[in-house]
Amino acid sequence: MVDLSTPRPAPPRRAFDWSGHAQTYGALAALVLLILFNVVFTPNFLTLQTFNVNMTQVTGIVIVAVGMTLVIATGGIDLSVGSLMAIAGALAPLIFLNVPGPFGIAAAIVLPILVAGAFGLFNGMLVTRFRIQPIIATLVLFIAGRGIAQVMTNGNLQTFSNPSFQWLGLGKLFGVPVQVLFMIGIVALFAWVMKSTVFGRTILATGGNEAAARLAGVAVDRVKLAVYGISGLLCGLAGLIVIAINSSADANLIGLGIELDAIAAVAVGGTLLTGGRAQIVGTLIGALIIQLVRYTLLANGVPEPVSLVVKAGIILLAVYMQRQGRSA
Amino acid sequence: MTATTALHTPTGAARSARWTSLLQRQGVLVALALLILFGALRYENFLGAYNILSVLRYNSMFGLIAVGMCFVIMTGGIDLSVGTVAALSSVVAALLSEYGLTQALIGGTLVGTAIGLLNGVVIARLKILPFITTLATLLGAKGVALLLADNQSVSVSWETAFTELGQGDFLGLPIPALIALAVFVAGSIVLNFTAFGRTTLAIGGNEEAARLMGLPVDRTKILVYTLSGTLAGLAGVILASQFAAGQPLEGNGWELFAIAAVVVGGTLLTGGVGSVGATLSGVLLLGLIFNILNFENGRGSISLSAYWQSVIRGVFLLGVVILQNRLMQRRS
Repeated sequence: MVDLSTPRPAPPRRAFDWSGHAQTYGALAALVLLILFNVVFTPNFLTLQTFNVNMTQVTGIVIVAVGMTLVIATGGIDLSVGSLMAIAGALAPLIFLNVPGPFGIAAAIVLPILVAGAFGLFNGMLVTRFRIQPIIATLVLFIAGRGIAQVMTNGNLQTFSNPSFQWLGLGKLFGVPVQVLFMIGIVALFAWVMKSTVFGRTILATGGNEAAARLAGVAVDRVKLAVYGISGLLCGLAGLIVIAINSSADANLIGLGIELDAIAAVAVGGTLLTGGRAQIVGTLIGALIIQLVRYTLLANGVPEPVSLVVKAGIILLAVYMQRQGRSA
Repeated sequence: MTATTALHTPTGAARSARWTSLLQRQGVLVALALLILFGALRYENFLGAYNILSVLRYNSMFGLIAVGMCFVIMTGGIDLSVGTVAALSSVVAALLSEYGLTQALIGGTLVGTAIGLLNGVVIARLKILPFITTLATLLGAKGVALLLADNQSVSVSWETAFTELGQGDFLGLPIPALIALAVFVAGSIVLNFTAFGRTTLAIGGNEEAARLMGLPVDRTKILVYTLSGTLAGLAGVILASQFAAGQPLEGNGWELFAIAAVVVGGTLLTGGVGSVGATLSGVLLLGLIFNILNFENGRGSISLSAYWQSVIRGVFLLGVVILQNRLMQRRS
């Protein structure tokens, strides 16, 4: 959807664009095929309940994957997303179970998101100030972050029933789950940011050629700091939505392994893993594909572990096709 | 053992550069000595044979994985799949254990070899980023392990000598520790005295230059990932033997332990510089830190839950990479 060169596309760049969009369209085609397959073979597929189940499971991945798309577009990676979700998800009940009233609810929504955002900035600081490779920098919180969440709750499961907080995950507006609206809003917002704002351009410039971007006057470090911060904020929101849906917060499980789903969604959606290009809508499609593949396998009686193997295959295939598209 | 191999020795380096390089090389040994001293003074049984042998026995698995990771990182790559590969191998070894130790050992290790080979071919030939490739095989290996094990741990056969491998002693030393030691010695020799070792470092130093020099870049990369997979497989066999069960869900975070040990040992994460011996020190250092945390818990003076351990591990990794980074900056 978005490319650096849109203003004045030179012929070779246009070929480059086309391949990027080709993968996004390819992903869209795959999604349509998956849906058609399910319509024919999976019983009760075209029901509101199936739709809601899939949407509920995919929102967390999409929200996290949008942040991941920005980070990857700068040439980085964020492995800490699941742990940041766990921190936010563990913190929120601690607040609203202890602070009564609407103030408690508001604080339980705002504070955890800000805390996760602050941890995201910490990642960004390691990458920019200390020049640590993103994969290692975010590994630190990948390990320590979940530990922090577990220490906060002593590893205990927190269960609750709090309709006003859980509106985030269970509420409906015009019959559509609130979380799905959140998801669509975030995808639309960042698709717009990447397409039409200076900030979006500087993200792509940073990932495309960092040295050149720096020479051109882009505040590369600030851009990187911002994308890791945004990724943190989105993880915080995703963590809150997940616990709101589950009516419980388990620091050991919130967001466990979601970094893989998010990276897979980004790769399948056509964003270059080496940076410089971002397909936010592609990421949404990628996440939907991954969710639907899992659902299709489970609904047709294939055991869960097989879906892990299939997911591994999809990731490799998507990245391989990306390479082919680029060199073609 | 502790010989550090750098592809380019600094020419006319300032004395301070030599100091930082010495600190980088020997810092881990100094830290190790200080930790041992601390433990010996503070805890009664710290230097007892039982504690020493169990630390060595348990950490030998991480030692094996760290050697493979060290080679991979020296080429500038990374192998995230080692933990689940070890888990898969432990399941395969447990399933084969009724046929005898040799069969289980070979079968379990070869599974690791196969996945390592797959990693290497995909990375070298299809040119897919190492962390994506090994992330995918991490998932795949976990899936296969869960399938084979039917989602539960697989008990091993006690009829055969299988459990000897992980639980037995030879000359008063734990067999896994001896295996790990042999692998460290072999790894150090291979790195320092063979063409393969030099090529590994050359690729990490500058892959394009290595290719232009006519070095077998692709073959070496494939070999390096195959080695890493094989050692992870061996670690998995030892895991099954030591705990008498194939464990499909074990291995979480092993890759992090190995990466941390390699980094602590002074191997640059960007490749081109590395030391197998220092990696051994890194493994021992990390192992000792956890040992000391356990002693602290036992004394009851502080109560560190298992959760604190991951926080401490993360903070430790953070300290190491920042320190390594500072040393690098001073060097250049």
